[in-house]
Amino acid sequence: MRYGDTEVLHDVSFDAGAGEVIALLGPNGAGKSTTIEILEGFRLRSAGRVEVLGVDPAAGDERWRSRVGIVLQSWRDHGNWRVRELLHHLGSYYAPYATPWPADELLDAVGLAAQAKQKIRTLSGGQRRRLDVAIGIVGRPDILFLDEPTAGFDPEARYEFHELVRGLAVDQGTTILLTTHDLDEARKLAHRILVLAAGRIIASGTASQLIAAADVGSLEDAYLALVRQEHR
Amino acid sequence: MRFRPGWQRGLIELRQSFTNPAELTSHFLWPVLMLIALFFLRHRDFGSTGLLLGALALPSILGMNAAMGMVSMSQLLTADRADGTLLRAKAIPNGMVCYLIGKLVSVAGGLLVDLAILLIPGLIIVDGIALGSAHWFTLVWVLLLGLVATLPIGAVLGSLLTTARSQGLIQLPMLALIAISGIFYPITALPGWLQFIGQLTPIYWMGLGMRSALLPSDAVTVELANSWRHLETAAVLGIWAVAGLLLAPAVLRRTARHESGSKLTDRREQALRRVT
Repeated sequence: MRYGDTEVLHDVSFDAGAGEVIALLGPNGAGKSTTIEILEGFRLRSAGRVEVLGVDPAAGDERWRSRVGIVLQSWRDHGNWRVRELLHHLGSYYAPYATPWPADELLDAVGLAAQAKQKIRTLSGGQRRRLDVAIGIVGRPDILFLDEPTAGFDPEARYEFHELVRGLAVDQGTTILLTTHDLDEARKLAHRILVLAAGRIIASGTASQLIAAADVGSLEDAYLALVRQEHR
Repeated sequence: MRFRPGWQRGLIELRQSFTNPAELTSHFLWPVLMLIALFFLRHRDFGSTGLLLGALALPSILGMNAAMGMVSMSQLLTADRADGTLLRAKAIPNGMVCYLIGKLVSVAGGLLVDLAILLIPGLIIVDGIALGSAHWFTLVWVLLLGLVATLPIGAVLGSLLTTARSQGLIQLPMLALIAISGIFYPITALPGWLQFIGQLTPIYWMGLGMRSALLPSDAVTVELANSWRHLETAAVLGIWAVAGLLLAPAVLRRTARHESGSKLTDRREQALRRVT
């Protein structure tokens, strides 16, 4: 993947199985968002081979799109819509392909039942984020992409969110790829951690494998050792 | 079935625009101001034509409002791209087409209500306008075809213009086009080359169609060729409609292709920096 003459991703190879949770770690500018956007079909790559659910994301059709869940970092879109109204509406797009998640059930699951009739512009940052997650999974996707899902969450919301993600992977068999700066989150959620630095995957494995490989005491130490080594 | 959410989206947005105070005010403000102006003009003659100025002004005002639908379409699109509505549409199956259908339905619906708010009291205030069933028929087809001809063009403009500032600039050429479209001043009084440009726009033909529906038949003498030219009106508006409907989804898709989560994050950070 390159922008003009600058190659931003050059050695990013991994695969993910059904129900697997993969965390993508790395410093800002390492290429995490670029990687995820290529997989989402939002960005075209300049070289290499990519398959998501057996299809090249650049050529994915609407049926493929219906199986891919994307959690966007929302800002202020749909401010006049009410929470339940938007979730129910967006669910209806999936009806020709699958049975969308009933809006009330899903609002319960993300802890927004009390806000169902509120206008979206009146939600707090954390509540909006949970609505983003609900929108991402309303079509019962087979694969879910989350770009820094818990940025700005308080500890309780974060805990509930982790429970939700775990439930999706275990109960629904959803494959999940998330980027995060929160090492604790990666350790708790991910079956496998990928560390991306300067457009290259420099380490891959479970938290304990990464710790053992770096011969240190914690995931934080292992991560810092890996990233500093890359800087040198 | 696949595009039904688009229709529903339009109806939901339409309902929202009539249930929130800010948008409700904007729906009523202009029609009410125009009606006040019409009220004071209602006995004034226009030159030697024997026609009442109010009667001449009503179809013009309708025509202008309808043409401005193109501008609001364009502005809404730019705003929806900036705030991430378009990106969300892109992330769901059939999202872009449904988004476009929804926008056409909500803008056209809102415009038709606005026009009714103006037209119904206008017919009571203004003398010299006769509306038989044939006139109503003309009014309806010209309006509907005119909206299908202009709103997709608005969507194309909105996809091409990226910032709120360029949206401000688009208003000037639009007003210029309205000025030469015969809506406010008979096109026959303009020099030939301006007449030619005016007749290329859908705005002229919408205005002509409205005048043909609302004015008495002797008003046709100020028109080109002394004719309401219904066939030509249908043909020109039809061509614009087909071109717009073919072009809009493609242009919108091209625009959306450049949208991504990181673009949106950049824009949000820029906006926050501007505030602080």
